[in-house]
Amino acid sequence: MTTVLEKVRAGREAAGERWRGAPRWVRWVLLAAVIAFFYALPNKEFYQWLGPIPTTGSNFGQVLFMMSIYVLLAVGLNIVVGFAGLLDLGYFGFFAVGAYTVAVLTSPSSDLKTVWPWLTVLPIGVALALVSGVLLGLPTLRLRGDYLAIVTLGFAEMIRLTATSAGFLRGQRGFNQIPHPPGEHADGTPIFGVLDARPYYWLVLTLIILVVLGVRNLTRSRVGRAWISIREDEDAAQLMGVPTFKFKLWAFASGAAIGGLAGVLFAGKQNFVNNQSFELLNSIIILAAVILGGSGNILGAIVGGGLAYYLIERFRGVELFGIELYEYRFMFFGLCLIVMMIYRPQGLIANRRRAAEFKDRRKEVIVGG
Amino acid sequence: MLLEIDDVSLLYGRIQALHGISLQVDEGEIVALIGANGAGKSTTMRAISGIRPVAGGRILFNGEDITKLRADLRVRRGLCQAPEGRGIFPGMTVLENLDMGAYTRRDRAGIAQDLDRVLNLFPRLAERRKQPGGTLSGGEQQMLAVGRALMSRPKLLLLDEPSMGLAPMLIQQIFTIITEINEQGTTVLLVEQNAQQALARAHRAYVLETGRIVKSGTGEELLHDPSVKDAYLGVA
Ligand SMILES: Nc1ncnc2c1ncn2[C@@H]1O[C@H](COP(=O)(O)OP(=O)(O)OP(=O)(O)O)[C@@H](O)[C@H]1O
Ligand SMILES: [Mg+2]
Repeated sequence: MTTVLEKVRAGREAAGERWRGAPRWVRWVLLAAVIAFFYALPNKEFYQWLGPIPTTGSNFGQVLFMMSIYVLLAVGLNIVVGFAGLLDLGYFGFFAVGAYTVAVLTSPSSDLKTVWPWLTVLPIGVALALVSGVLLGLPTLRLRGDYLAIVTLGFAEMIRLTATSAGFLRGQRGFNQIPHPPGEHADGTPIFGVLDARPYYWLVLTLIILVVLGVRNLTRSRVGRAWISIREDEDAAQLMGVPTFKFKLWAFASGAAIGGLAGVLFAGKQNFVNNQSFELLNSIIILAAVILGGSGNILGAIVGGGLAYYLIERFRGVELFGIELYEYRFMFFGLCLIVMMIYRPQGLIANRRRAAEFKDRRKEVIVGG
Repeated sequence: MLLEIDDVSLLYGRIQALHGISLQVDEGEIVALIGANGAGKSTTMRAISGIRPVAGGRILFNGEDITKLRADLRVRRGLCQAPEGRGIFPGMTVLENLDMGAYTRRDRAGIAQDLDRVLNLFPRLAERRKQPGGTLSGGEQQMLAVGRALMSRPKLLLLDEPSMGLAPMLIQQIFTIITEINEQGTTVLLVEQNAQQALARAHRAYVLETGRIVKSGTGEELLHDPSVKDAYLGVA
């Protein structure tokens, strides 16, 4: 087992070296190919050639859409947990804030009867998630470690319970007829709808690319250095003159905003929001996804987020010896996590990156003049 | 006067760790703070660097009252501490750690100059510049902690037990370097278990006992003080 693992590890490190060693244009071409692959993926003409990869028990486009939502969430949570080292157990709460903002302001079932278009509510949902992140962070981020975990856990439960019992949030009845994003095909039919998940997937994919670019720039700046120093040793960071509270709040708030964005997208796609979509389990799965992929690593978060949802969903409609495997999906997911934590606690994408990244950055500085 | 501490007390919950201590550090000095385990030496450092709020008293730095100032802003004023237990960033390389020392600065030329200076002071760090801090030996981590604090180009350098856990030869070396840093113009406030060395190097020193200053004088004076000899110098 170990030898196989070591071979895999050696192979990956070699791949990493080759990637970093490759000329710029090669990297760009490869990156473009990977992105093109993911844009093409939901088309049947394309994925029918991919053997057992597409899910059997559910619409593959829908699965891809949810995977992309999970990737977005994992990328956001990775800022909080991975970069700043803050244990946030209630991240899904911000997702819920985004989704409910859309629901309340756009759905005809809402008491408000504003029925605004989706696009108008998008920035409002993101802003409200950000504000709730700041409000939650202000009193708690001065505390260390466990307190934050407990408070965030409480926050997510509070949101869920409010959604269940507060009359205007309509509990299980929920909000229907949430509008879709704007846009029409040439023949006048709307681009975004309930039946075809692909446009939504493409939209989220595009947003992921933008968000990742933004996060990557942040992490390579003074902000990123501050986050990593806080993660590694908060006292020392403070002694080096890092305003730790400010940067923790910043990490928390930007994570929350990304979570809210995911919620806004989800609400539009599902067309319907009720209290069933915000179980605590989701927060845990996202956290597991970040750790699975490799905490503190953007690529790791992407891989982890996509994989977490895929692993769980792949079991749908799969039978083995007459047993419906989907019933046991969380057991398999848990097993995967345990095995990972034993053999590869640092996550799928190794964290040796930072030293190399630094080298890389130096090189780029020189090359880029 | 560069640093003046006036009647400072500090509480950890209900435990009072400092009972109204006062001390001064003049520009250009090395001042040592000695005392037994648990006397409150590190606590005094925490009060000065600002990672622990004080319960009473005043701290003046360069004539400015910094008692309530946030820790990171004190660094910007020119006060930098190398923490006890080293506190280096384990996942960052030696260079990245040193870079963090210069976090508050933006003068690239000056930073490069100080980097050269630190790497000259500690050739061992220069050899290991790409190595993650966490994999350095204890002595090397200690050097890194001192070097990193120097990277902020502090007016006052706070050192909490820089010789802790070092072999005798390295202890000599680190004290020599402290003297060298001081001669290059940095004021040093030094906490030490190694009282013999500290008193020999320091211009002045204070003795701390259960949260109170019980004695002060020049290094020379305390070195020959019978009670200090008995309690801290371990000479029969
Ligand atoms: N975080 C804390 N919470 C509660 N009590 C503390 C805390 N830190 C220190 N103390 C107590 O305050 C007193 C002074 O501790 P301090 O660390 O300042 O001692 P010190 O003189 O640096 O000792 P040493 O030489 O062992 O480093 C001790 O009695 C210690 O137990
Ligand atoms: Mg101490």
